[in-house]
Amino acid sequence: MTDQAYNFAYLDEDTKRMIRRAILKGVAIPGYQVPFASREMPMPYGWGTGGVQVTAACLTPEDTLKVIDQGADDTTNAVSIRRFFQRTADVAVTEHTRDATLIQTRHRIPEEPLTEDQIMVFQVPIPEPLRFLEPRETETRKMHELSDYGLMHVKLYEDIAKNGHIATAYDYPVMVEEHYVMSPSPIPRFDNPKLDRSPALMLFGAGREQRIYALPPYTKVRSLDFEDHPFEASKADHACDLCGAEDSYLDEVIVDDAGGRMFVCSDTDHCAGRRAAGHVGRLGAGTEDVK
Amino acid sequence: MTDLQMTRPLFSVRDLEKRYGARIGCTGVSFDLYPGEVMGIVGESGSGKSTLLGCLAGHMAPDAGTIAYDGRDVLAMSEPERRRMARTDWAFVHQNPRDGLRLSVSAGGNVGERLMAVGGRNYGKIRDTATDWLGRVEIAADRIDDRPSAFSGGMQQRLQIARNLVTGPRLVFMDEPTGGLDVSVQARLLDLIRGLVRRMGLSAIVVTHDLAVVRLLADRLMVMKGGRVIEAGLTDQVLDDPQHAYTQLLVSSVLQV
Repeated sequence: MTDQAYNFAYLDEDTKRMIRRAILKGVAIPGYQVPFASREMPMPYGWGTGGVQVTAACLTPEDTLKVIDQGADDTTNAVSIRRFFQRTADVAVTEHTRDATLIQTRHRIPEEPLTEDQIMVFQVPIPEPLRFLEPRETETRKMHELSDYGLMHVKLYEDIAKNGHIATAYDYPVMVEEHYVMSPSPIPRFDNPKLDRSPALMLFGAGREQRIYALPPYTKVRSLDFEDHPFEASKADHACDLCGAEDSYLDEVIVDDAGGRMFVCSDTDHCAGRRAAGHVGRLGAGTEDVK
Repeated sequence: MTDLQMTRPLFSVRDLEKRYGARIGCTGVSFDLYPGEVMGIVGESGSGKSTLLGCLAGHMAPDAGTIAYDGRDVLAMSEPERRRMARTDWAFVHQNPRDGLRLSVSAGGNVGERLMAVGGRNYGKIRDTATDWLGRVEIAADRIDDRPSAFSGGMQQRLQIARNLVTGPRLVFMDEPTGGLDVSVQARLLDLIRGLVRRMGLSAIVVTHDLAVVRLLADRLMVMKGGRVIEAGLTDQVLDDPQHAYTQLLVSSVLQV
């Protein structure tokens, strides 16, 4: 097998050490984007190269890995990254949030509360929350340095002016420990409150943009808003059609070409766990194979 | 004038110098600006007036000299302090409104930005203030959600002025505020600026090459050439009785209709 030709978890030890240094710096300065020398990974940018490098740097042989893509364990991105680490690190993998010690995720935070023994790794496409407001990186760095974030509210103002409410539904900017404004990666804003004072260590890796940032456990994270338009963690106003959950984030699935649709938990592990415990939603009977 | 002399100057500049390598940007500039006073800086292209304005407004670091605002040394201020002052007490109106506006943000957002930058977090209040200010610069309230790219040049310039004055600054820097506008729009804009400056009791430093603009707006005038101030005094005095040969040339070069 050529797999043995790779170092544990693919990256060489020097690279992992470099990444760990960036992570430590990120943990020391919550919300600050630490530059790091992102490596070419054997997968394209946009597939989670940043998250994969952070995971590789954190992984130990004793870890149990879970990989989520949009909440699901069985979509392409999740499957390919999970297999990648099975082959290169030979670690145990799981689909159960509870059993995992390290969870790499794209676009979701699991419904099940995290614990102090877990590390979340987020894949980040654009780490700079001010990118589309202020194109100059020199200027955005200055703004972060001085905590000068009036511009971020201009974006929210524009949202309200245009839509009557804050329409930013994902990648909703947060204020970390009242200093740095941070992009929470494209998680739905429904998940934003889960970042606040989370017992788990949260690490964010952006491969193409070469940035790592972090939220140490129990970090104060506040979603930006206006006094008269407060932040709201929104979701589709339905219950899951498979497990009947009313408090989980839902995906809308079109089921035929006559306008039929169903809402299902985006967190597949959460949904499967509930159905195994006997909860059944509107269309839940006999549809064990839908997702 | 006696009133002004008794109060403390709002803005004091001493021996300001900026060099680009061996070349002089501006040198030996000293003046005091009193509250409520408008000063014009005129001169031909390359005379150092924009360099001077850049140094005064903190866009460039001068090589020598001192700048004091309201008794505080501007050049010794820390960056956050300077930034805060630049967006509460100061304003800068660019020649090209595209430099001073965010073209991808609605008119209301443009006006509201400074309010939000100094901690405004109430959408309703920000919007009310923005509406009020659009009215003051004669932009219809129903254009509040339009982007400046849909505005005419004159409207863009007026929007830029509203965006700058919304936090109630005391000192306004203007770089050719009427440049690039046709004469009728220019006249209307000048009228508007003059009204706002008088009503709000603003101090202003206006850089222009248009003597008509300073005649209308400025109480005092500095004439620059080759990076140096060659003549200074009351506007009418300098324009009606120019002493320096260059000023005489400048005044006699104005086209008469």
